[in-house]
Amino acid sequence: MGEMDTLKKEADGLKTQIETARKAVNDTTMAAVASGVAAAPRIQLKNRKTLKGHLAKIYGLHWSADNRHMVSASQDGKLLIWDTYTGNKVYAVPLKSSWVMSCSMAPSGNLVASGGLDNMCTIVNIKAASPKTIRELDAHEGYLSHSRFLNDSEILTASGDTTCCLWDLETGKQKVVYKSHVGDCMCLAMSPDQNTFISGACDSSAKLWDIRDGGCKQTFIGHTSDINAIAFFPSGTAIITGSDDCTLKMYDLRADQEVNGYQDAALNAGVTSVSLSSSGRLVFAGYDNFNCNIWDSLKAEKVGVLSGHDNRVSCIGVPDDGLGICTGSWDSFLKIWN
Amino acid sequence: MPGVINMDELTDVDKAKMERDQKKIEVKLERWLTSKCCTEFMEAVQAGVEDDTLVKGIAEDKNPFKELKGGCVVC
Repeated sequence: MGEMDTLKKEADGLKTQIETARKAVNDTTMAAVASGVAAAPRIQLKNRKTLKGHLAKIYGLHWSADNRHMVSASQDGKLLIWDTYTGNKVYAVPLKSSWVMSCSMAPSGNLVASGGLDNMCTIVNIKAASPKTIRELDAHEGYLSHSRFLNDSEILTASGDTTCCLWDLETGKQKVVYKSHVGDCMCLAMSPDQNTFISGACDSSAKLWDIRDGGCKQTFIGHTSDINAIAFFPSGTAIITGSDDCTLKMYDLRADQEVNGYQDAALNAGVTSVSLSSSGRLVFAGYDNFNCNIWDSLKAEKVGVLSGHDNRVSCIGVPDDGLGICTGSWDSFLKIWN
Repeated sequence: MPGVINMDELTDVDKAKMERDQKKIEVKLERWLTSKCCTEFMEAVQAGVEDDTLVKGIAEDKNPFKELKGGCVVC
C-alpha cells in the first residue's frame, strides 16, 4: 500500500472512532431537553432606523463595544462609521481597494480593519486628525473574508487561502498561523474568554482553535456546503453556524457534536450571516432571499422574520448590550430593529 | 512562530499526514453526555432571557434607537 493509502486509511479509522465516541455520549436531543420550556413569543421587531449613505452593496458591519457606534463596509469603496442613536455618519474612510468583504472595529474604538479581494487587512486609526492607515497586513495568499481585533495590538483574520492568522499590529507581522481547513475560510468568532476562536470554511467544517498555540482542538462536521457565518453563544460552551446548505447548526463544544439544527423545507436560500440575542435564546439569520429569519435557539422553531431589504442580507450584528439588531444588505442600506 | 507552514511547499502526502495527525489529537477528546450539555445550555439561556431586550421588548422612553422627532430636550 502506498504512503498516501496508508495515511488515508489511518485518518478514516480515526474519524470512525471519533464518530463512535460522539454517538456514545449522544443520549438525548436539545429538542427533548427543551420540550418543557415555554415557547418564545412571536417576535415582531420594528425597523427603528434606516442608515443611508453607502452607494453600493454592503458586505460587512460591526458594532463598537460602546453599543452606539458601528462600522460598515461597502463595495462603493468606503467604510462608514455611524452614530446609530442619531443616524449620523461620524467618519468616512476611503479604501484603496473597493473589493471589500469585511470590516471590524477594535474594542477601544480607535481602530477599524477592512479587507477583501486585495488579500490584505488594512488597519486605520479613526481617532487621528483624519483617518490614517497605520498597517497593511499583507501575507495571506487569498482574499480576506473576516477579521476581529483582540485589542489595539492584535487582530485575527480569516482568508480564502484556507488559513486564519493572528497578527501583531506593532510589527505588522504574523504571530500565529492556523492551518487545518481544506477550503476557503469564510468567517471567524472569538470565545467570550478570548482563549479560543472558531472558524467556518468552504470545506463544510467548523474548527475550534487555541489562539496562543495555533492548535486545532476540535472539528465540527455535518454541513454539506460552505459555512458563511459563525458565532459563539454567550455561555461560550456552544456555537452556531450558517451555511450555503440553507441550514444553521448548533454544536456543543463539550459533547463535540451537533445538538440542534435550524431548517425549513420551504427555505431554499443559503445563510449569509448570523447573530444572537443577549441571552442566546434568539438566533437571527440573514439569507440570500432578502430576509432575516428569527429562530428560537432551544426549540428550533421560526419565531419571526425581519423583512424590509430589497436585496440579500449580507451581514447582521447585535451590540454587546443586546438592545437592538442591525442588518446590512446588498440594497446599500443598514436597518436597526428592536 | 507557532503553526507557520508554507502552504506552497505542502505535498499531498504532507497534507494527508496533517489530517491524520489532527485526527489523532481529536480522537483523545473527553466528551460529555449531550443530556448534561443541553440541560446546562438551556439553563444558561433561560437565566438571561428576562433581561434579553430582543425577546422582551423595550419601553419607548428607554429605546436609544427610537426615531428622533423634531425639537429639543432640556435636561
